[in-house]
Amino acid sequence: MEAMTDIANAIVLLLNFIVVPGLSYGSQLALGALGITLIFGILRFANFAHGDTMAFGTMVTILVTWWLQSKGVSLGPLPTALLALPVGIVFTIAIMVATDKLVYQHYRHHKAVPVTFMIASMGVMFMMNGIVRFIIGPNDQRFLDGERFIVRARDFKASTGLSEGLSIKVSQGLTIVIAVLLVLALFWFLQRTRTGKAMRAYSDNEDLALLSGVNPDRVVLVTWILAAILATIAGTLYGLDKSFKPFTYLQLLLPMFAAAIVGGIGNPIGAILGGYVIAFSEVMVTYAYKKVFVYLLPGSLEPSSLMQLLSTDYKFAVSFIILVLVLLVKPTGILKGKVI
Amino acid sequence: MSFLVGSNMVGGYGGADILKGCTIGVDEGEIAVIVGPNGAGKSTAMKALLGMLDLTSGEVTFKGKDITHLTPQARIAEGIAFVPQTSNVFVSMTVYENLEMGAFLRHDDISQTVEQIYQLFPVLADKQHQLAGELSGGQRQQVAVARALMSQPSVLMLDEPTAGVSPIVMDELFDRILEVRNSGVAILMVEQNARQALNIADKGYVLVIGENRHTDTGEALLADPEVRRSFLGG
Amino acid sequence: MSSENKTKLAFAIVAGLLLIIGMAQSWSVALGIFNLCLISAVMALGVNMQWGYAGLLNVGIMGFAALGGMAAVLVSQAPVAAAWEAGWAKLLLAAIFFIATVIGTRFCYRKMSPGRHRTISMTAIIIIGLLLTRYWLDPAVASIEAIESAKTGFLGGMGLPIIFSWIFGGFVAAGIAWVIGKVALGLRADYLAIATLGISEIIIAVMKNEDWLTRGVKNVTGLSRPVPYEIDLQSSEWFINLVSWWHSGALSALNEADQAELLKQAVIESSSIFVKLCYSGLFASVLVIVLLLSVKALNSPWGRMMRAIRDNEIAAGAMGKDVTRRHLEIFVIGSAVVGVAGAMLTTLDGQFTPTSYQPLRFTFLIWVMVIVGGSGNNMGSVLGGFLIWVIWIEAEPVGVWLMQFGTSWMDEGNAVRIHLIDNAQHMRLFFMGLVLLLVLRFSPGGILPEVVRKRS
Repeated sequence: MEAMTDIANAIVLLLNFIVVPGLSYGSQLALGALGITLIFGILRFANFAHGDTMAFGTMVTILVTWWLQSKGVSLGPLPTALLALPVGIVFTIAIMVATDKLVYQHYRHHKAVPVTFMIASMGVMFMMNGIVRFIIGPNDQRFLDGERFIVRARDFKASTGLSEGLSIKVSQGLTIVIAVLLVLALFWFLQRTRTGKAMRAYSDNEDLALLSGVNPDRVVLVTWILAAILATIAGTLYGLDKSFKPFTYLQLLLPMFAAAIVGGIGNPIGAILGGYVIAFSEVMVTYAYKKVFVYLLPGSLEPSSLMQLLSTDYKFAVSFIILVLVLLVKPTGILKGKVI
Repeated sequence: MSFLVGSNMVGGYGGADILKGCTIGVDEGEIAVIVGPNGAGKSTAMKALLGMLDLTSGEVTFKGKDITHLTPQARIAEGIAFVPQTSNVFVSMTVYENLEMGAFLRHDDISQTVEQIYQLFPVLADKQHQLAGELSGGQRQQVAVARALMSQPSVLMLDEPTAGVSPIVMDELFDRILEVRNSGVAILMVEQNARQALNIADKGYVLVIGENRHTDTGEALLADPEVRRSFLGG
Repeated sequence: MSSENKTKLAFAIVAGLLLIIGMAQSWSVALGIFNLCLISAVMALGVNMQWGYAGLLNVGIMGFAALGGMAAVLVSQAPVAAAWEAGWAKLLLAAIFFIATVIGTRFCYRKMSPGRHRTISMTAIIIIGLLLTRYWLDPAVASIEAIESAKTGFLGGMGLPIIFSWIFGGFVAAGIAWVIGKVALGLRADYLAIATLGISEIIIAVMKNEDWLTRGVKNVTGLSRPVPYEIDLQSSEWFINLVSWWHSGALSALNEADQAELLKQAVIESSSIFVKLCYSGLFASVLVIVLLLSVKALNSPWGRMMRAIRDNEIAAGAMGKDVTRRHLEIFVIGSAVVGVAGAMLTTLDGQFTPTSYQPLRFTFLIWVMVIVGGSGNNMGSVLGGFLIWVIWIEAEPVGVWLMQFGTSWMDEGNAVRIHLIDNAQHMRLFFMGLVLLLVLRFSPGGILPEVVRKRS
């Protein structure tokens, strides 16, 4: 009986510290990576401004959330930010479409090489970063309200009698639910609608899509809109789950790029898969397993160290090492992506 | 007066002129074939009809209308379809989706056209839910032609449809092309396999360095001793 | 305008800007900016070698600059004998196991045929090797960090004059660049960019975490200097004499008491300027050396081959040029130059703070310098280094001033106005982006584009 409880405790530990955080962080990365991969598939460049686009959308959402909160509007147990989200999305769409018209369109019409687009995206990154810091400042912002937990560690312990608790935050649950819904909607759009098919065709074979009568300007426009929606939602969910800080969003670029490339760049399913691969690797490699082993091993074999493979500050290293490994073993990514 | 005709076309891709005054045309229910040595501008001539390069002089008319200044997209909307030599299918999409993309500009019911295509290329019916990228070379060419036919074009242009396929597949493909011709579509194609192509051609053009060298019926060109000696290997 | 005149004019404008800053703010400020301009120019030259000569997109500049900074610590700090004593043996064992792991993995990869067996053996070697490394490393780290952790808690350095770190920093950066290049240079341009971005983050993470090596976030302050200290100057006779000679005109008009007061004031001011001038001299020498070598290299057969590879990799490869090898060379050399600049920067700061390395400032800003100045043109990169640094620094006060001016119609205590003025400093990021985009759009070659020499 005691052995059973020990095993149950160990499982709860893993659930609490690896599975739940991995799923929610993975969903956030997946949504971000989807935006990157869509832009790469259609516009054929790695968009360095994507992290700051997320920051921009989140910032608008936060500002509207604060305004709603000051008016006394709330969603009860759910965060008010959900109400503000559509406004954030609209603003982000506007700024992305404007950026395309003012910056990228020129290079597209002149058939510039991808690297030029990439450097232009660095310029956009600077500008967006400046705007965000100018408006909301460089510091941490919190905008989460409503209920904090779906499952509280204390309640969990009380109801199961285990000594380890499982807690699931509302933000984590929301992240997973919204990500699933959003991904389903995106795939329905790409697979079933005329515009979605045109986008896939354009991504697959630009010349042939043009020969089939696909309007490139429309495809590009829809891509920016989708990327803006994904970026704003991903950014807001990340901000609700952790906290909002412009610099953190810039740093998210690396795991998101890694997720998109690891899964197979240009391939939406790959981006989702990549998001979870990166997130789970980060969480698993930086988790200290000592307690798990304490439960599972007999007292004499208990580990003395933390049993942590890498310190948490090395999480970027994890995404990067996976990225390099995949590129060396299978340059097109786990699922076949584009090779240009 | 041909159905689709480019007359006295001069132009290239921005550098030196590749076309130096050539005239290419095709009529309804007719197969016209462009043959000639490498670098003669065969594909370029065809792309000029589609509007993929700027002509410095000459004009293109379609159904009696001057389309010289229309974009390729506009010409496609007018009823011209084009099958490129390479990368001519959407590899990450199913066969059926490829057909759908071919009918992208149509807003009516396409199921009947799809049925016709499946009758023409029965193998595609079996593979309709398979990714085009997973098909064999010959099957891919069929998808490519089928995709172009989905727009119900009045002119079908093919750029070396038999490049890289086996002789058996080539014969089959030519049979299909004849069937398409019989349904009233005008067909213009560029071919490396000049002898076989001229065999099924109603009209043949022999292009050399961007100019018409010989223009006649396929049969007559095959019989012409000079054409035979210079371009058909005796 | 001929390109030579354009170069002269562009530099005259930068010099004019610095003069205006000197007169409007102070000469000390202007010199401070000038010194960082020099460092930025060296860094931009390094990046220009990679991007301008060879078309390699290195987005990991921050990492190489930080390696140079670390070198400054490792060269100049006195060794901590107790820490060495406590940890050297275990550290050595850890190093041996780590190297053995790398060699073993490589051996497996080379000698075994691809397949499941190879994958399993390699994974096993890596896991066992890393566990053994950690087995020795962890206690070594613990004992090193335990030694006076508030003061040292790390191994210290070699106790050499800090100026040697400029060379050492170059070598450290070159060594790491070689390893990275071996792995990443086969990748496509955009993957290489992302890979280098990742590596730079890892380098910073290592510096923040490996306290035994760099003291981590506890920082290393009070690095030694290659130039005199202000306080020493102020009390040395020759310097006071020099200052009184310089100001003799103004001094002679005053009575004795005022003279002494003015002289004291002048000595304090001059000592700071003198120190900065010393740095300027050192940095300028490095810049000139790097620039001369770059110009020479760019015009040599090697430089021509490099540009040929950049312009058409496939053709160059077909002509028998070893593209990957050349790329590796230029990647290593360019990174080394960035490392030198990074060491210079830490020397100037007098402290090493891993948290100060941020990608916008240390990677993307340098990119703006190279693109705006003119990629492929050495003088262009130097100009970009100067111009962008001046704008970067001055955009802050100018932005605040503009915001104050623009909102002067509002109430003094208006919350919007306070917010706008407080956050005006962040607008410089916006301006940097704008400058980059405008140049990229309307003058894609930069202010001083690459000079395409025609065969005469």
